[in-house]
Amino acid sequence: MGELLNVKNLSVTFSAYNGEVKAVRGVSFTVYEGETLAMVGESGCGKSVTAKAILRLLERSSATVSSNSVVEFEGKNLLTLSGKELNQIRGNAIGMVFQDAMASLNPTMTIGNQIIETIRSHKKLGKREASKRACELLELVELPEPQALLRRYPHELSGGQRQRVMIAMALSCDPKLLIADEPTTALDVTIQAQILELLQRLQKRLAMSVLLITHDLGIVAGVADGVQVMYGGSLIEKGTAQDIFCSPKHPYTAALLTAIPRRSMERRSDLYALPGTPPDLRLALDCCPFAARCKYAMPICKKQMPEETGETPGHSCRCWLQHPMAPRVALNGGEAGG
Amino acid sequence: MQTHLHRLFESWMPMFKYILKRILYMALVMWIVTSITFFLLHAIPGDPITAMVQDLPEETRQAYLVSYGFDQPVGKQYLMYLKQLFSGNLGQSLRYPGRKVADIVANYSPVSALVGGIALAVGVLLGLGCGVLAALKRDRWPDRAVMLLALLGTTIPTFVIASVLQYALTVTWPVFPTTGYNGARYLVLPVICMCVGPLATYARYMRSSMLDVVNQDYILTAEAKGLSERRIITHHMLRNALLPCVTMICVSVAGIFSGSFIVESIFSLPGLGRYFISAISDRDYFVVLGLNVVLTGIYVCSILVSDILLMLLDPRIRTVGEEAA
Repeated sequence: MGELLNVKNLSVTFSAYNGEVKAVRGVSFTVYEGETLAMVGESGCGKSVTAKAILRLLERSSATVSSNSVVEFEGKNLLTLSGKELNQIRGNAIGMVFQDAMASLNPTMTIGNQIIETIRSHKKLGKREASKRACELLELVELPEPQALLRRYPHELSGGQRQRVMIAMALSCDPKLLIADEPTTALDVTIQAQILELLQRLQKRLAMSVLLITHDLGIVAGVADGVQVMYGGSLIEKGTAQDIFCSPKHPYTAALLTAIPRRSMERRSDLYALPGTPPDLRLALDCCPFAARCKYAMPICKKQMPEETGETPGHSCRCWLQHPMAPRVALNGGEAGG
Repeated sequence: MQTHLHRLFESWMPMFKYILKRILYMALVMWIVTSITFFLLHAIPGDPITAMVQDLPEETRQAYLVSYGFDQPVGKQYLMYLKQLFSGNLGQSLRYPGRKVADIVANYSPVSALVGGIALAVGVLLGLGCGVLAALKRDRWPDRAVMLLALLGTTIPTFVIASVLQYALTVTWPVFPTTGYNGARYLVLPVICMCVGPLATYARYMRSSMLDVVNQDYILTAEAKGLSERRIITHHMLRNALLPCVTMICVSVAGIFSGSFIVESIFSLPGLGRYFISAISDRDYFVVLGLNVVLTGIYVCSILVSDILLMLLDPRIRTVGEEAA
């Protein structure tokens, strides 16, 4: 498996009226060809900003991407490409699906025209051929009556149908990488499952890589090959799905797993909630961002950010508990907090 | 072919029903506006005869009042006026006997509509353009410049602009004629005066409408699809940003027929605005009421036109319209 996307030391800062929000703090990760990598974390931890920064979609906002950040896609640094070169990759080699499909589709343009304009801005196709291709794409995402659907407007579709249209649009030029930014958050649970299954099928069929961003560990389990957990703008643990679910190393990962509701829980009090609130991202946070909420926190955790350490290849974690001199604690995934 | 026509008919049927319903409402609005104007006008002290000639013998005055029916109770006069309106007669001037309201509209409103129309077209086009430019260059110098001009345009009264223009371009540098209406050169200054207001208003409005659209998620989608900046602006931003302006433009178009009292007075243009105001001070009841009926009619029609236009332009409203019908 070759490396497809290589993000190195990505930092994003937003300037707000009351200070600088350091939303993403030196994040590095790799997406390999044909794999589904899930990026998990709670709201406001910087996962969406990371996704948008990859395609440079933050340029209209007040965000600044630090100059030593590198986003390498097939050997090219996306952050230094010209606007024209970048547009040849956006929507073509990298497709993107957003959270709220209703807001993400142009309300005054037909579904057909929105897909066709994507195809025609990357491929030299006539209107009729592009329309035929759009029809095939709608069939690919398992929408009924694709021909009639081309003439419809976004508000005439259901939430699940709209998200399928978004996916069809993202796949219109056979991308090598699909970035799905919380693709199921705005949908109800049964539709969520359908969309995820569809994404999984398409990923296998088109042999593409998927970067799946979500706050829901539950949906990650069945879909992802690799999982990385983000907290306070940093990646704190990376590994295979197996690693993360069966032997989490970071107390935050363990707490997230404990927080997943299970059928055996009968009373409301059985639900686990991690006490405290996420850190204020305006602060410098030279320490471990999770230290304030961690029940295993040691004095050093509040003084210095731990380095990335890995016991087994592919599974790494940023936590002082991994240090040889740290006390051994039992983080048994689901049981840790219970 | 038959089924196609049938389907077309079916899809347009709700629209027709909706428009029919709207026309009924419009008639209601016009009746209410006419009634309010009628009673307000009769509440103003004085009468048309005294407004015209002050020292008329009492008997002659009474004779005039009786001949026009002004000696009757107001309620009866109101019913008489409505009856006259329903027979299609807008009435005629008291001040200038023989001048029909319909002729007044036909003679004076084209001048108002010409000056107002050119001014509005120039103002709207430049205003929308400036608004788009300001939004795209937000917080940079073009934005600051447009916003400053818009602020000046809305705050400086028309008569100040008119006087300054007149002084500069007819007295200091005699380029244009001062007043009157005798060819295209006479229109330049009034048009400039009248386009400042719409220019400023539309620039501000379009700027905020554009900024609203720029922050929408679908613009992010358009960028993520790899569309060129130009296509994003023309196909995704402009259309959506222009939608809220459609209603405003239609109402402005209706406004040009009534003309501008200030500009027409300063430049001595034979327009409807000047005539309208002088008719009020003359207590020329039938002219005021008649003009009011015509202008209200143009207004309600323009609002209907704007709603139909919005239905055609915005697919979301189209569905709502069908549900409402």
